[in-house]
Amino acid sequence: MVAQSRPSLKGSHSAANSMKIRLKVWRQKGPDAEGTLVDYTLNDVSPDMSFLEMLDVLNESLIRSGKDPVHFDSDCREGICGSCGMMINGKAHGPLAGTTTCQLHMRTFQSGDEIVVEPWRAQAFPVVRDLVIDRSAFDRIIVAGGFISVNTGAAPDANAVLVPKQNADMAMDAAACIACGACVAQCKNASAALFVGAKVSHLALLPQGNPERSRRAIRMVQQMDAEGFGSCSNEGECEAVCPKGISISNIARMNREFTKASFGGTH
Amino acid sequence: MVIATPERPAVKPAAPSRFSEASGPMLDARIPGGPLTEKWDLRKFENKLVAPANRRRFKIIVVGTGLAGASAAASLGEQGYDVQAFCIHDSPRRAHSIAAQGGINAAKNYKNDGDSIYRLFYDTIKGGDYRAREGNVYRLAQVSVDILDQCVAQGVPFAREYGGLIDNRSFGGAQVERTFYARGQTGQQLLLGAYQAMMRQVQAGSVTIVPRREMLDLVVVDGHARGIIARNLVTGEIERHTANAVLLCTGGYGTVFYLSTNAVNSNVTGAWRAHKRGAYMANPCYTQIHPTCIPVSGDHQSKLTLMSESLRNNGRIWVPKNKGDRRPPNSIPEAERDYYLERKYPSFGNLVPRDVASRNAKEVCDDGRGAGDSGLSVYLDFRDDITRLGRDVIEARYGNLFEMYNRITGEDPYAQPMRIYPAVHYTMGGLWVDYHLQSSVPGLFVLGEANFSDHGSNRLGASALMQGLADGYFIAPYTVPDYIASTRFSAAPVNHPAFDEAETRVDDQLKHLLGVKGKTTPREFHRRLGHLMWDYVGMARTEAGLQKVLSEIPALREEFWRDVSVPGTNDYMNKSLEYAGRVADYLEFAEVMALDALERAESCGGHFREESQTPEGEALRDDENFAHVAAWEFTGVGTEPVLHREKLDFENVHPSQRSYK
Ligand SMILES: Cc1cc2nc3c(=O)[nH]c(=O)nc-3n(C[C@H](O)[C@H](O)[C@H](O)COP(=O)(O)OP(=O)(O)OC[C@H]3O[C@@H](n4cnc5c(N)ncnc54)[C@H](O)[C@@H]3O)c2cc1C
Ligand code: FES
Repeated sequence: MVAQSRPSLKGSHSAANSMKIRLKVWRQKGPDAEGTLVDYTLNDVSPDMSFLEMLDVLNESLIRSGKDPVHFDSDCREGICGSCGMMINGKAHGPLAGTTTCQLHMRTFQSGDEIVVEPWRAQAFPVVRDLVIDRSAFDRIIVAGGFISVNTGAAPDANAVLVPKQNADMAMDAAACIACGACVAQCKNASAALFVGAKVSHLALLPQGNPERSRRAIRMVQQMDAEGFGSCSNEGECEAVCPKGISISNIARMNREFTKASFGGTH
Repeated sequence: MVIATPERPAVKPAAPSRFSEASGPMLDARIPGGPLTEKWDLRKFENKLVAPANRRRFKIIVVGTGLAGASAAASLGEQGYDVQAFCIHDSPRRAHSIAAQGGINAAKNYKNDGDSIYRLFYDTIKGGDYRAREGNVYRLAQVSVDILDQCVAQGVPFAREYGGLIDNRSFGGAQVERTFYARGQTGQQLLLGAYQAMMRQVQAGSVTIVPRREMLDLVVVDGHARGIIARNLVTGEIERHTANAVLLCTGGYGTVFYLSTNAVNSNVTGAWRAHKRGAYMANPCYTQIHPTCIPVSGDHQSKLTLMSESLRNNGRIWVPKNKGDRRPPNSIPEAERDYYLERKYPSFGNLVPRDVASRNAKEVCDDGRGAGDSGLSVYLDFRDDITRLGRDVIEARYGNLFEMYNRITGEDPYAQPMRIYPAVHYTMGGLWVDYHLQSSVPGLFVLGEANFSDHGSNRLGASALMQGLADGYFIAPYTVPDYIASTRFSAAPVNHPAFDEAETRVDDQLKHLLGVKGKTTPREFHRRLGHLMWDYVGMARTEAGLQKVLSEIPALREEFWRDVSVPGTNDYMNKSLEYAGRVADYLEFAEVMALDALERAESCGGHFREESQTPEGEALRDDENFAHVAAWEFTGVGTEPVLHREKLDFENVHPSQRSYK
């Protein structure tokens, strides 16, 4: 019979390696409500849990006692959708480089650790609830020009335009951005330069995007400023916390594109 | 349309069920006549058009912004319709499609290795174990080439060769190289391409994005889909949205199993609520279990992570020969290992199709020979190829995957074999649609994984991305206008009684969920349902098991409504409330899924009925009784749905028995 083919109900971790974690979590009921850090203690955390699964466990116990769970966004839970993200002990996505919050595992921490969990903080990212924030400013920047204008059905054969492998690879490096907002959260100026630079670079590096590159650079940069993001002062904090390893050389490219476009006019 | 005998089917394995004896006309899929190669051209020509100046007057709602939804919204926006795109997330770019890794198929024949539109068509029909429509699949293969062109023009950074041409590879055991990819992030890049095309239409004023909304009901006026009820997930407000057509692009229902490779917000709610308003649910029992996923580590687990199928090109799959052998893998001598796929399928070995690989893993684990503490995994061992090719070569090919595996499990796959286990990955079933992608409710179109249409009972690797984009870029933009042009719309303002009724229904359910104030969390119910489904409607199904689960689901549902705990209120962001509604729908949907599996007393593709197998233990189809689509009509929660059938005719490809020996 089939009944044995599923995972056993018990976790694979034994009581011996279960961890005790003390949390201080930012709780804020709504955009206009006051927020505060609230203490929680979890006594039976498995090192195999992801950070979000640890919060799931906390939430299960809160719900069971009729209390509001800690709100946070997540979807793919494998580091690609960009939904998750929180400041973990002051660091966007926590202590591991190149890792989103959903990919961070509790084995990174020690039993007895205290962990402070807060939302991204930036003027352009208002808090919606607890750790959930509003990142629609990113969408508006894309609307301003983060695309190549081609109607469905109007495309030439895929191999009609050659793209040097090196450019394609660099474009892909930039396109890997997941728009999580960690760059903004970590930057002391709350600048979105890495996010915008990545998209400007991705599209500027490809021949398909060429005709609109000046217009794109100008419009996206203007929208970024209009959204209330700070300006970039080359701290490099963004690159250090970026879970996808987006390089700050993309910011330099954006600046070049913008300067060139400003002098050359838009076409 | 015929209403079939509404009693519970008395299933005798491999014998026609009572449902199949129903007489009367079959469902009409509106597949055009004429030769296979001309059907779509013919239909495109027959379709009615809407003049450019008039398009703006017609409103189209798109629900879900994955590949299917985003590409449809962009294309219909470009044509000039007034499009509203709804998404659950804070941004449409986060839809589940973003997670697809491997690639997308297109019959370009760039490698000059014998590929063609006909071959892609043939492979898809055969791979789907002869349970898909020839007309649809041929069209899919035809537009596959246009999709690739479109994506490249949008700036999707596909992998390139040194000469600047696009690179491609063979995938999932295909004999030609027709899969195009952007590193391990093909879904992400394709989705960003569609998202950006859609955002361009936002700038142009033809598309409006409505984020952080969940569709909670379909509004039907005079038999036509005329709008939706959505909940604003930030404020809790219930909203009414009216339209001339509704496109449901809400993805698959893999999370009915609780654990799957799907994103955690993926759900059946949109599709299920449309089903309750009259859209038929087709072949819900067809699910795909992917063989190479990271095994479950404990009860806390919230989702499963896929490890690319390409790993099977260099890894050898084995388990200990002896039951209960718990020694670390490296101390198990060669003579005591069972490379069971190589042993049983000498010609395909570790590269047998997904369903075969998955079933065999389950078999050895059920036999007590599984690896790891739980005994629920098998080894995928790279030792031999690391020795043969060198660590560098393996690292170049799979470095990022090995790193991901290490991050999740804490184990080093260069030093010891990976442990893998099958996981639910994709659902071939979904809402029934005709050739126009229109459901049984006129004006309701269903695109992407949410419909049932093109993969039969088993989907080929790299074909879901292709289908989602085919539906959104190249099919709906021809068929939705035809519907609009040929329909005389009655007035359906948001104060129409149909909107009142739908809103009341939604409101009542939310209040009900908040009012139970029980002791058990929605997640706990979801997990329990998932366990039931995995045990009895998972990789192998039996009549007895299905009968059992059909009696347990209603009991669990009853307990849910008695004991679920949903804290908070309905007037601000409340993720427990959202989640509870989705679990409630799964508790209803699961029943029709099990019933469909019971009714289909044959094995085909991903649907394996233990009673129907060849002497070698392979899936045995029953073409005489089951060469049809099963489309279920809702009659009430807990009451027997009505079965409609659509006959599948094979005029070009002759159904044969698959063999991988
Ligand atoms: C890990 C993984 C890897 C994969 N790799 C490949 C691959 O390499 N090649 C391939 O071809 N296929 C692959 N697939 C399959 C493929 O990704 C999906 O089938 C496809 O992306 C589905 O696209 P879609 O547009 O139909 O739906 P989705 O992308 O699922 O989009 C639907 C969206 O609608 C939202 N939604 C649901 N209900 C509602 C509602 N009521 N209101 C509002 N919004 C709602 C959902 O949250 C979701 O974001 C993979 C799948 C997974 C899980
Ligand atoms: S949940 Fe998708 S990146 Fe973390």
